[in-house]
Order: sequence, then structure tokens, then C-alpha cells
Amino acid sequence: MTIAHDSFSAHGQHSNPDVPLEYSLEEGALRIFGFWLFLATDLVLFACLFATYVILQDNTAGGPTEMQLFNVPSFTAETLILLTSSFTGGLGTYAMHKGSRRALITWMIITVLLGLSFIGLEVKEFVTYATHGAPLQRSAFLSAFFTLVGTHGAHVSLGILWMLSIIYQLARRGITPITARKVFIVGLYWHFLDIVWVFIFTVVYLNGVMS
Amino acid sequence: MSLHPSRASNTASGSLWMYIVGFILSIVLTLAALWLALARQFSTEVLLTAILILAILQIGVQMFFFMHITESPKPQFNLWILGLGMFFTFVVISGSIWIMSFGGGQGY
Repeated sequence: MTIAHDSFSAHGQHSNPDVPLEYSLEEGALRIFGFWLFLATDLVLFACLFATYVILQDNTAGGPTEMQLFNVPSFTAETLILLTSSFTGGLGTYAMHKGSRRALITWMIITVLLGLSFIGLEVKEFVTYATHGAPLQRSAFLSAFFTLVGTHGAHVSLGILWMLSIIYQLARRGITPITARKVFIVGLYWHFLDIVWVFIFTVVYLNGVMS
Repeated sequence: MSLHPSRASNTASGSLWMYIVGFILSIVLTLAALWLALARQFSTEVLLTAILILAILQIGVQMFFFMHITESPKPQFNLWILGLGMFFTFVVISGSIWIMSFGGGQGY
């Protein structure tokens, strides 16, 4: 990252209009790179959970199967809500680059609300399964299912709390190189979770109702 | 780092159309996968391959239109680390499927 140092002014001000605000401090650029490192390792965590699910999905131990459990309208709604929230999160970053704090906060609140409706649907789905003879401990398939989908849900829940704390900071401090970097990083996290969900949608849900 | 790469990429984040096109593509890819899985016009192997390809295209859409992977300061070490993460993912998943398919069909 020493090569990048030339483009940052010595006193750390955002003097170059060609560099996006979140990259304007050297520390910001380093922290964004650090977050990419985290995303790569988080990807490996999900890789292990996906591998486990793919191996165990047919071991239903006489219990409910994917075909009997998965509800097409419900998981389609979850998918469309999360894809839309990825879009509104992106619009937040766009508003930030335009320098509009009001629009940025509005889009982030919409993203949080969509995230909450996603989590609401997921909790409803989990409760339905658990109270209809398909709890976590029923079969290897269900253990792998709840672990994979639940880990993603935990990430989304954390993302919601994280975004709320950034909305608070934006309301207090406005768009600065530091808050801009935080908005950008939480955006990366949110889009990453959307990608993981697309694979859950494909490998778990669509594959489940197809076979 | 020269100033030109970031100026060129700034037009990417500066365009609202990038986000709208990305959103439309992501919805279209999802609905296409859903239709393929529910209509069952092809064999399971063909369908599985097709919906996995659609999911991989979705990674491209999210990364390019929303995460702006082409915009980070050069040299783009983040792309290298992302590639390494994806390689590990591929090895863990395909390796697990490969080794477990030699289980002789017994339950585990």
C-alpha cells in the first residue's frame, strides 16, 4: 500500500476530488483492504457449511425432507427482499458519493427495514419447522440446514445492528472520510451476504424443491 | 498511483444507472433460476448446472454493479485475496463432494 501513499496529502485532508471520500485517508484505504481480507475468510467459513450441507442433505433419518419443508413463496419472498435491500444499500453509497446525508440515511433506514423483514420471515420459517417435527436435532440434514441458514441469518442480524450504529454516527457527525469509510465497508458486508444468500437460495432451496 | 484509474472508475459510482441495471439483472437472474427449478423442463443434472451458472453470474452482478470491485486503488490486492477465498471455497466444496462420493453408499 506504500505505492498508494503518493495520492494522499500529508495532512490527511480530502484534497483530491478524484479519489472517493472513503479512500481519501490512507487509513481508510487500509481498513477497506482489511475488510476484504475478512470477507475472504468469512467465505471459507461458508464454504465449510455449504460442503457439510451438500454432503448431509439426503440423510433425513426418516424425518421431514427438503421437499416437504420448503415453501416456494416464502423463500422467494426472502430472496427478493434481500436482493432489494442490496440495491437500496447501494443507493445509500451512491447518495454518500453525491454528498447527501439525508438521502444516505433514508436509504440506510430502508435497507435496515428490509433486513428486518427478511429476518422476520426467516424466524417464522425456523419456528414453523421446529414446531412441526423438524427441529435442529431431528436429522443430519436439519442440523446442516439450520447451521448454514442460521449462520447467514446471524450475519444479517449483526449487519442490521451495525448499520443502525452507523446511521447514528452519520446523524451526529455527517459525511466525513471516517463515516464514509464505515458506510462503504458495511455496504461491502451487506452485498457479500446477498451473494451468500443467492447460493443458499440455489443450493438449498431450489435444489431442494427440484429433486 | 496515478490519478487516472480512480477518475475513470468514479464515473461508475457516479452513475445511478449502474445500480438500476444491477438491480434489474439480479432480479432477472433470480426469477430465471426459480422458473427453471419449478418448470422442470430438463433433467436434474442440466437444471442444477443451469441454476449454479445463474448464481455465479449473480456474484458478478453484485461485485461489479454494487461492490465496485474495479474501483479500489491499484494495485488491487483485494481481487487477489478474493480469488484466493474463492479458490479455497471451490476446493473445500468440490473436494468434500468428491471424497464423500466414495463412501459406498452407507449412511454417515
